[in-house]
Amino acid sequence: MQPDFLIKLVILLPLVGAAFNGLVGLFAPSYRKNEGLIGMVATSMVAIPFFIAVYLFVGFHGDPIIVQAFTWMQAGDLTIDFAFRIDQLSLLMTLIITGVGGLIHLYATGYMHGDDGFWRFFAYLNLFIFMMLSLVLGNNLVVLFLGWEGVGLCSYLLIGFWYKDLKNSAAANKAFIMNRIGDFAFLIAMFILFKEVGSLNFDAVLAGGPGMDQTWINWTVLLLFIGATGKSAQIPLFTWLPDAMAGPTPVSALIHAATMVTSGLYLLARLSPLVLSAPTIMAIITVVGALTAIVAATIAITQNDIKKVLAYSTVSQLGYMFLATGVGAFYVAIFHVMTHAFFKACLFLGSGSVIHSMHHVEHELAHDGHGHALDPQDMRTMGGLKKYMPATRMTFLISTLAIAGIPLLSGFFSKDEILFKAFEFGYDGHLVGWFVYGVGIITAFLTAIYMTRAYVLTFEGSPRWPHSDSIHPHESPWTMTLPLWVLAALATVGGYIGLPAVLGDVNWIHHWLAGEGGPVAEFAAHTHVSHGLEWALIAIGSLIAILGVFLGWKWYSSEGIGFDDKISARFGGLYKLWQGKYFLDEAYDKAVVRPLIGSAHHAFNPFDKYVVDGLVNAVGFFTRGSSFVLRYMQTGLVHSYAVAIVFGVVLIIYLMLF
Amino acid sequence: MDLSQAYASMTGDLANTMSLLIVALAGLALVVFDAFKNRHAATPWIAGLALTAGFVFEVSRIGSAEGMAYYNMLRTGGSAAFVNALVLGSGVLSVILTAPYLKRIGHNIGEAYSMILFATVGMLVLGSANNLVTVFVGLETMSICLYILTGFIRSGPGSTESAFKYFLLGAFSTGFFLYGIALLYGATGTMDISAMRDTVADGGSIVFWAGVAMLLVGFLFKVSAAPFHMWTPDVYQGAPTTITGFMSTASKTAAFASLILILNVALPGERWSEVLAVFAVITMVLGNVIALSQSNIKRMLAYSSIAHAGYILVGLAAGSADGYSGALFYLMVYTIMNIGAFGVIALLEWDKKEGSEQTLDSLAGIGYKKPLLGWTMAVFMFSLAGFPPLGGFLGKWAVFAPAVEAGYVWLAIVGVLTSAVSAYYYLRVLVVFFMKPEDAQSGAAATNFVIPKSSAAVLIFCVVLLFLLGVTTYAIELTGSFF
Repeated sequence: MQPDFLIKLVILLPLVGAAFNGLVGLFAPSYRKNEGLIGMVATSMVAIPFFIAVYLFVGFHGDPIIVQAFTWMQAGDLTIDFAFRIDQLSLLMTLIITGVGGLIHLYATGYMHGDDGFWRFFAYLNLFIFMMLSLVLGNNLVVLFLGWEGVGLCSYLLIGFWYKDLKNSAAANKAFIMNRIGDFAFLIAMFILFKEVGSLNFDAVLAGGPGMDQTWINWTVLLLFIGATGKSAQIPLFTWLPDAMAGPTPVSALIHAATMVTSGLYLLARLSPLVLSAPTIMAIITVVGALTAIVAATIAITQNDIKKVLAYSTVSQLGYMFLATGVGAFYVAIFHVMTHAFFKACLFLGSGSVIHSMHHVEHELAHDGHGHALDPQDMRTMGGLKKYMPATRMTFLISTLAIAGIPLLSGFFSKDEILFKAFEFGYDGHLVGWFVYGVGIITAFLTAIYMTRAYVLTFEGSPRWPHSDSIHPHESPWTMTLPLWVLAALATVGGYIGLPAVLGDVNWIHHWLAGEGGPVAEFAAHTHVSHGLEWALIAIGSLIAILGVFLGWKWYSSEGIGFDDKISARFGGLYKLWQGKYFLDEAYDKAVVRPLIGSAHHAFNPFDKYVVDGLVNAVGFFTRGSSFVLRYMQTGLVHSYAVAIVFGVVLIIYLMLF
Repeated sequence: MDLSQAYASMTGDLANTMSLLIVALAGLALVVFDAFKNRHAATPWIAGLALTAGFVFEVSRIGSAEGMAYYNMLRTGGSAAFVNALVLGSGVLSVILTAPYLKRIGHNIGEAYSMILFATVGMLVLGSANNLVTVFVGLETMSICLYILTGFIRSGPGSTESAFKYFLLGAFSTGFFLYGIALLYGATGTMDISAMRDTVADGGSIVFWAGVAMLLVGFLFKVSAAPFHMWTPDVYQGAPTTITGFMSTASKTAAFASLILILNVALPGERWSEVLAVFAVITMVLGNVIALSQSNIKRMLAYSSIAHAGYILVGLAAGSADGYSGALFYLMVYTIMNIGAFGVIALLEWDKKEGSEQTLDSLAGIGYKKPLLGWTMAVFMFSLAGFPPLGGFLGKWAVFAPAVEAGYVWLAIVGVLTSAVSAYYYLRVLVVFFMKPEDAQSGAAATNFVIPKSSAAVLIFCVVLLFLLGVTTYAIELTGSFF
């Protein structure tokens, strides 16, 4: 079949699903009870595109296919087509989005069971998939931006999905506003590109962009990166992502771990030739990525909410990816995007499964009249769940080991490749490479510790919720465990598409993305690391991961949550800093929010009230006043009317003849 | 020319000006019919059907090439057909609105319909005339019928008084108009508009331009441009309301069409362009500003229609093909929204008091009491104020944009500022309709009346058209194809 028809199908089916569930649900309240049908429609509208994407992937020959849907807008020199681009990068992203997305849809049919907004949830979720696909498949920056804003909107709608709780709405607002700050920078970058290159199509931008003035290149890449820091939760705009956990857990897995938050990396990978021509900004990107990685990892160690741990872990892993982007290893960043999508989606869904059953415990407690308030997301009241939830526990464990970087699991390969590229960058003579390599190694160690901590506190030991002898949680239904198993399997084997170079020419994803005619450029090192050194680096990475898991297991299985106090005593003020999330929210509040509100109250409000309103009222008063005067011209007497005509005649003759 | 040729040419002309014949003959027939069957229910039907037949004929001719009839006296097809269709369409809608209105106010006079038909004949001739004599004949036929229509509520003092004022001032301006024709004939030796341009060598003599000035006085009077507008508020207020709707739209359409033809075909250079710009400014400012302080809604709409004449003059002052086509498009939009607005007022006029109560305050809260009238009026007001996505917005764009292109940026700025002023009095209508508590004792909301289905259909039709004209470009491309 024709690829252009198929790709339109891929894009449109999720939109059809969103429109169907949204409109029918809105206008036919009886439909809302039909959870089976709603879930089936929504899931198949993502699953079918996945199979089409697999078909396109298998039959892909290497040359990008441009699909012209229609001309979106045309004004002067600006022509924006609604066009899609199928190439190695967009196909890979489409597979991740529809594959992981489809699994999460299936999972959500179980997780959201019984929720009043079931139909609304799936309409939003399908809409999100549509927007995300436009983002990665668009052939120009404007279609990409449409998707970029669209996923932001869906993220907002889904974070605030349980909008009756003001806290959730506030989290949704925060996410939206922080994203908008980044979007503003993205827009300016587009303006620069249009002004300097004259087109926003990727082909034209990549051909003409690197030829711009160096200042323009630097500004463009910097602004694009600022846009990416908003969407992909990097310093300084990352604080929205942990709050975004207010949304339902499948949303956290799909949007805030696997897909949307990686779109900043997709953007930089798509424009990689342009990014490569701004080495200064690349240094900024890699340092910001490394700092984000370690800052988020240190915060993650102190968190007790299972989803918060995963959220900070996501921020940290995204930092890793930006670290890779900044050293010119775009394909490795995308590789890590993929493996991260597998294990982090699995972890989030696993935590959702846990929360689901802890809700059951909370419900039982209330039912039995014990009157205990229980936070179903707090790891301090969990423990020993492996007895009750074997499938969830097993998949969670596999993914924990994968993210920690235990050898031969997927996370090991992608993380190792990132660290290797950073090292190579330093070896090639860039000081910043050494710095980010060091930060990366420490972060890897921290990652292994906090993830093992989360696993042990949740599943190992003995139960800590009240009346744990009589109240038992249950394993989740198959709709939830099946996606967990699939994702855990992918988290296990997903890394083998990116085997390290030391094994020979076997790195498939490198060939696919950055090979001959591939869409992603890469930094070409002048001096290469010897094989012996590369083996040594792999050994260091493996040891760090194993050591982290070992220590984490030892500490937290013997002393439980109490070990946090030991860390606290040891690190003192530093631990307070981590626990307080580096007090960034407070700093933003003091530095930005309060001054703005203050000036609005004390400067802009009076200005608006007295100067602007005063001017407006004065104009209105004058106009009305002249109206009252002028209407006396209308005397009602015919002869005065005739005089006016004569006056007009004199005027017209004067104007015409003189 | 032998007889058979003359015969062929005459039958061809008759076929090309079929609408004129139908309407004229129907008018004559109605005079006779009404003499025998006074106040018969069929009278409005005959008038309406004759106008509809003419409308259908002209619409079918819009696509055909422009031609001449009666030895270059009248133009046919193309833009002439468009203007005629507009006039006839305005007539059809007005007749549908007029029938129940006249019954309600107790002046169901059959002559009204034959007068509407004869006025339409005059407008058709005026709008498609290609010779100054024909222009004059059309103008006078139209005007005399309108004087009569204005004054036919003989019992009400306002109606008679305004008809007399209209007649006196109309005669006064006709004098200037006729004098202008005489001067032009003296300067060029021809009455044929399309032949006039060739006789004007090196920019025209003083006599020629004096003639043009006198001619403009006549036209500006008919389209009620300031300072020739003084009759308008009195006449629009005094005339039966649906008739006001008819003459404020159709007569302006015909007069503007004739003026556009003369500007486009007969006059060389751009000497007249700044003159029109000056009058456009005076008209827009005076119309919009004085409208602010009107408490009578018909008077308010009268000043509003003066202001709209100013907007159309902006398009004419641009002096370009886009300006003329924009003016024609504006006339179309203006016809629809003004007939709609006067149609709503005709239904709301409440005549328990002496004469008819037309103050805005008497309509407090009517928007909820009569939602159909409230919401259609809202659309007409928003369109008149030029809000997207309604026709009034696109219309303003169509006349202001050519002015900017022609270098009259200041003119467009004045236009936009005065339309901002106009939003005040248009939206005030809606404030009174929807946000003031209804006056249960004396307001219109206190009376019970049934909205005739025919009137409701006309109002809804106008609303739909305004939305279509606002979001599609078909009509604006059509008028663009004439120049």
